[in-house]
Amino acid sequence: MTESVRTTTAGGVGTSPQRPDGALKARGEFAYSSDLWHEDMIWGATLRSPHPHARILRVDITEALKLPGVYAVLTHADVPGTNLYGLEHQDQPVLAVDLVRYQGEAIALVGADHPETARRALARITVEYEVLAPLTDSQAAVRGEGPELHPGGNVVRHVPIRRGDMAAARALADVVVTGEYEVGMQDQAFLGPESGLAVPAEDGGIDLFVATQWLHVDQRQVASALGMPMDKVRLTLAGVGGAFGGREDLSMQVHACLLARYTGKPVKMVYNREESFFGHVHRHPATLRYEHGATSDGRLVFVQAAIYLDGGAYASSTPAVVANAATLGVGPYDVANVWIDCWGVYTNNPPCGAMRGFGAVQAGFAYESQMDKLAAQLGIDPVDLRMFNAMAEGSVMPTGQVVDSAAPVAELLRLVRDRPLPPVPTDDVDIRTMPGGVSNTTHGEGVVRGVGYAVGIKNVCFSEGFDDYSTARLRLEVVGDEPSIMVHTAAAEVGQGLITIQQQIVRTELGVRHVTIHPADTGVGNGGSSSASRQTYVTGGAVKAACEAVRARVLSLAAAKWGVPRRELSLVDGKLVAERDGVLGDLVDVLGTTVVEETTEWRHRATEALDPVTGQGNAHVQYGFAAHRAVVDVDTELGLVRVVQLDCAQDVGKAMNPQAVLGQIHGGSAQGLGLAVMEEIQIVDGKIRNPSFTDYLIPTILDMPPMSVDVLELADPHAPYGLRGVGEPPTISSTPAIVSAIRAATGLALTRTPVRPEHITGT
Amino acid sequence: MRLNVTVNGEQRTADDVWEGESLLYVLRERLGLPGSKNACEQGECGSCTVYLDDTPVCACLVAAGQAEGREVRTVEGLADGDQLDPVQEAFVSAGAVQCGFCTPGLIVATHDLLRRVHRPSDEEIRESLAGNLCRCTGYEKIMDAVRLAAQRVQA
Repeated sequence: MTESVRTTTAGGVGTSPQRPDGALKARGEFAYSSDLWHEDMIWGATLRSPHPHARILRVDITEALKLPGVYAVLTHADVPGTNLYGLEHQDQPVLAVDLVRYQGEAIALVGADHPETARRALARITVEYEVLAPLTDSQAAVRGEGPELHPGGNVVRHVPIRRGDMAAARALADVVVTGEYEVGMQDQAFLGPESGLAVPAEDGGIDLFVATQWLHVDQRQVASALGMPMDKVRLTLAGVGGAFGGREDLSMQVHACLLARYTGKPVKMVYNREESFFGHVHRHPATLRYEHGATSDGRLVFVQAAIYLDGGAYASSTPAVVANAATLGVGPYDVANVWIDCWGVYTNNPPCGAMRGFGAVQAGFAYESQMDKLAAQLGIDPVDLRMFNAMAEGSVMPTGQVVDSAAPVAELLRLVRDRPLPPVPTDDVDIRTMPGGVSNTTHGEGVVRGVGYAVGIKNVCFSEGFDDYSTARLRLEVVGDEPSIMVHTAAAEVGQGLITIQQQIVRTELGVRHVTIHPADTGVGNGGSSSASRQTYVTGGAVKAACEAVRARVLSLAAAKWGVPRRELSLVDGKLVAERDGVLGDLVDVLGTTVVEETTEWRHRATEALDPVTGQGNAHVQYGFAAHRAVVDVDTELGLVRVVQLDCAQDVGKAMNPQAVLGQIHGGSAQGLGLAVMEEIQIVDGKIRNPSFTDYLIPTILDMPPMSVDVLELADPHAPYGLRGVGEPPTISSTPAIVSAIRAATGLALTRTPVRPEHITGT
Repeated sequence: MRLNVTVNGEQRTADDVWEGESLLYVLRERLGLPGSKNACEQGECGSCTVYLDDTPVCACLVAAGQAEGREVRTVEGLADGDQLDPVQEAFVSAGAVQCGFCTPGLIVATHDLLRRVHRPSDEEIRESLAGNLCRCTGYEKIMDAVRLAAQRVQA
């Protein structure tokens, strides 16, 4: 294999070419999963439980079937394969049998000629329930109280982390601060609703066009539920309107395929916004108890924590979220003595699973709140305290893992601290810049300003020994006198710009300008999930490796054609160059009518399982870091908060596409802002009280302040191009920085996020 | 019912429209124009913004029958053939498009803003686009796109 050759081809790695789907999206011509249409298609709809916990005594579909326009009404009895699915544990019924464990659990399906017919048919299905008391308290679940919701008990996973000598550390601590913190349940609130089209195929199989984050894991679960071999269930990625973790689990995939199988017709399913709140997992709400001990000069000597994550009714990715919250539980700080217990439990609350930040967000809110509290107790500046304890390359994690690439935590904090502060409002205020805005609630009276800081850590890629890989197929041929490359992967473009990155890598590696992206589907090997900030790393790595394989083939062809030893040849900017004779020709000359096709599987370096007793092990592939500074104005009379400025510094290893990197940092920070001041799924007795964009608020353009961003590029020698996963770190530090700023403005303790007006006014 | 409506300059007819259907449903499911998006279908997100007789509205909140005999212009009607509207072009080049689900609504809303105000201040841009939710971008690149479009529209 020759060395990787960098070319100067336009639109390569490190540049920001326009995304290939950009114009289509701007014209309204990009086909999202809810835009699909098929001749003779019908509409699917789902009957869901109104109760968070109930026995199903009887389901009567007779009246629904009588409605003209109804093609099928299906229940669990119609599931031909395994009526259970799940990402890590197969514990969730495709359709409920005799028990529902959360409000919104699917019970029956209707296929009809119009969405309204389907809705009316759902209303004609009679379900008799015996309503049971819901288990809604995650700490009670850990204690073993309440009904056992799944065989084996309600603790999905407990991860302990044991490091150092806690007794000795306690003796060293001059100061100890304790705190209990709460994080509300956040929703991914992707804009494109769960949707797709299932089309029965002539071979008896099903073709499913769907918005998802991971085609192959969907395929496995759909095939299992349908009782079909994998090759009969073929998935193609439809346009994805955002994901943020919420599409890692199944929603309508199996349901649409079941209806298509029974009716023999193409079936379209589209959730509306209310159903979407019930149709995907959310961010785990958390209760976190922390104790930090430090010497009087500010050196952290121990951290002890108990973290409770409410996984809701089904496991989803709770086991991995628990591991993240535990292993990243002290944050990006050097702490020699650590004692953490983290639990993820079953309750009758809505199921929780993946959302951007994945366990690191909940821990981040707590440990950063603690760092502020400790700084106040010690009389040390909170940024100085963080910088003093900041981890760096070579630091040892609480798991014993050595951080073996850049960890510029102190530098990131310095960068955000050194940014100029926004001007303080004068007497002549523009109400649009005030909390409450044009509602005209204040002209500055009762408004106080605060500044807060936070820094966070996130693992990149899948951890704990998971075989985490991606597959790329490249096809090089001459099309219209020009070399052209088709890249085929199953990796999901969810908006982040992965398809642009794939083009950039090919241009850089092979000097070919014309690169097209094949639709992602299961016709090629597994691409892994578009989550854990991993796709540029892993699918990017696979595309790069496939380029190297293609280059080797091209050099062999050239060696044969020109009679030059292969080792003396290289491919530069699309030209074949010999060491002695210079340019021999270009790709068109070498290829002629030959098609070069290579498929490559690529893995990042292996990780290890955590020791189940001590939590020790090299569990993670890579760590990413970001820091934020938030400036807020708070109307203390009404409890309204306006984030005036939000600045971020992040190390990305290599800015593969600088524009997309900024987009990730801005967007991730905005989701953190949402969790700080407005976003929470409100649950009462297991029921969601606000399943709409009227009542579940996400930041608007008025809520989001201008951002300044510093991007560091400290290469990770283990990663392709030195890159570091970008998507999640900014979501972690944004929330605690904003809450810290509100505390600084008001002097309030504020131990819960999101901060609501009544937390500020005390009313 | 039968619905007659002019869409993007073309006279269109849809038959067997159920009275409860929205203009958004008719555009997307009956007239083959899914560019206006269905993110919330309750008037909160702005992703279905279209012009109805030259006034921007959420198509999800307009009953199909209310559009009878009227003119609708959707995101699909903004480009001039292969030539993108300057607002569309600015959104793409500024990096304001990620998943793109909010993009059609934001583009129509921005198009309308720039017809009314040639050089909007940042505060005016934010007020005007406050009815359009975006979940990917944090709005920074959207602000850049609107500023860029304002320059290009004027030039």
